[in-house]
Amino acid sequence: MEVARFWRTTEQRYRLVGEVCPRCHTKIFPPRDVCPACEAEAKTLYQFSGKGEVYSFTTIHSAPRGFEKYAPYMVALVRLEEGPLVTAQLTDVDESEVYIGMPVEMVTRVLREDDKRGMIVYGYKFRPVRQAEAERQLA
Amino acid sequence: MRDVSIIGIGQTKVGEHWDKSLRELAFQALEAAMHDAQVERVDALYVGNMLSGELTGQEHLGALVADFAGLRGIEAMKIEAACGSGAAALRVGYIAVAGGLCDIVACIGVEKMTDKQGDIATSSLATAADADYEALHGLSFVGINALLMRRYMHEHGYRKEDFANFAINAHANATRNPYAMFPHPITAQQFAEAKPVADPINLLDSSPIADGAACVILAPTSIAREFTDKPVRVRAITVATDTVAVHDRRDPLYLEGAAISAQKAYAMAGVGPADIDLFELHDAFTIMSALSLEAAGFAQRGKGVALALDNAISLDGHIPITTMGGLKARGHPVGATGMYQIVEVAMQLRGEAGPNQVRNARLGMAQNIGGSGATVITTILEADQ
Ligand SMILES: [Zn+2]
Repeated sequence: MEVARFWRTTEQRYRLVGEVCPRCHTKIFPPRDVCPACEAEAKTLYQFSGKGEVYSFTTIHSAPRGFEKYAPYMVALVRLEEGPLVTAQLTDVDESEVYIGMPVEMVTRVLREDDKRGMIVYGYKFRPVRQAEAERQLA
Repeated sequence: MRDVSIIGIGQTKVGEHWDKSLRELAFQALEAAMHDAQVERVDALYVGNMLSGELTGQEHLGALVADFAGLRGIEAMKIEAACGSGAAALRVGYIAVAGGLCDIVACIGVEKMTDKQGDIATSSLATAADADYEALHGLSFVGINALLMRRYMHEHGYRKEDFANFAINAHANATRNPYAMFPHPITAQQFAEAKPVADPINLLDSSPIADGAACVILAPTSIAREFTDKPVRVRAITVATDTVAVHDRRDPLYLEGAAISAQKAYAMAGVGPADIDLFELHDAFTIMSALSLEAAGFAQRGKGVALALDNAISLDGHIPITTMGGLKARGHPVGATGMYQIVEVAMQLRGEAGPNQVRNARLGMAQNIGGSGATVITTILEADQ
């Protein structure tokens, strides 16, 4: 992955920053500058809470180039509580525990390492909410 | 606008052609179609292809194929719309003939996938998805379909084995297609025990990548009978789009692009789903068969799988699909697939489908899908005899 391309989407990928439509208040992620609901211009930044639930999920055994060493891993569609669906990996959870409707929250993790240039790409993944609660209780 | 007819068809066997290059495959299909149409020259050549740059380091296929085929000087271009590239080439050819700009046009779909290792070809398919927001998260093309299939099962209460008939029907029809990659039958038990690829999708839900090329020759309907006594009329060919990323769709289980494309095609031809005698749909995965049947109006939402369970999709069912094996068993040379579908519908309408002939086939439809529904091209053909 090219450095400039990686840099362009940093805010979105690290912190789940999207947009909100000034006209109909639809929350937009990934950012696209045009509201998908009413087609108004929508460039107002919006910080998503990172909370949502699993809409669907699968386990990737045969990974695309660059992801081979992480396989098998789980990818989900997550319905954010503000409305949008996002594609992201699930982490800190066993496949047998995941179900449609499971509450999840965002964490920032390594998405991939580019072996050739040693570049590490970080981004959002989602983990079960219950695990976060358990960690807070321990602390 | 002029009416347009198919006056010639050609195809290569689908499979691993280690002895043939991209240009040779394209030429073989073109030569067969030109011979079938008894033409020695075409005015223009449109080459549908998805992955030649990624997989063979070769772009510029219009000029390449024209040159190799001895057609130097003619208009020629490559057309790309992911796995919808084949039918997209037909759409461009149709526009040229219908608009009166060209008379005799060749439309080719070609793909050469087996020179590279399977995992490289698989990765390349992910270029049809959203690179920044789907592929960046390690989601493969199979994975996208797995997400859709699991949600579909959840919402509509189906079990994994309920999808088996899509694959069983495709393989049964491929056994009698000499051009098919997998001309052998499969059983429900083999389906149940097949190797998982991306749960709930297993190997027998999935179409195989392959090499292949198919071609049709178009002409104005007014002169079609000068070339053939079995012209096939193009009653409609329409393109519609949807979001590239599945997560951006209002309802991921509704292929809105496929619905718009089908509705436009029905309107253009002045027909409805009840008039269609056979439907070559884009069964890249069994879930796509269900979603296409629903979007094109052959089944209510959530009832696409029920059509397979009821055997309505077999050659003597009320809506036969994948009559020559479909993507699943004829094989899926991605950029060529849309043109194979057209050639197969034309064979049915010419009464040349042999033991797979759908009886009294007059109107046939094909639907070619790029990505997981982002580009959808629907074609309605009519026998003209
Ligand atoms: Zn809006």
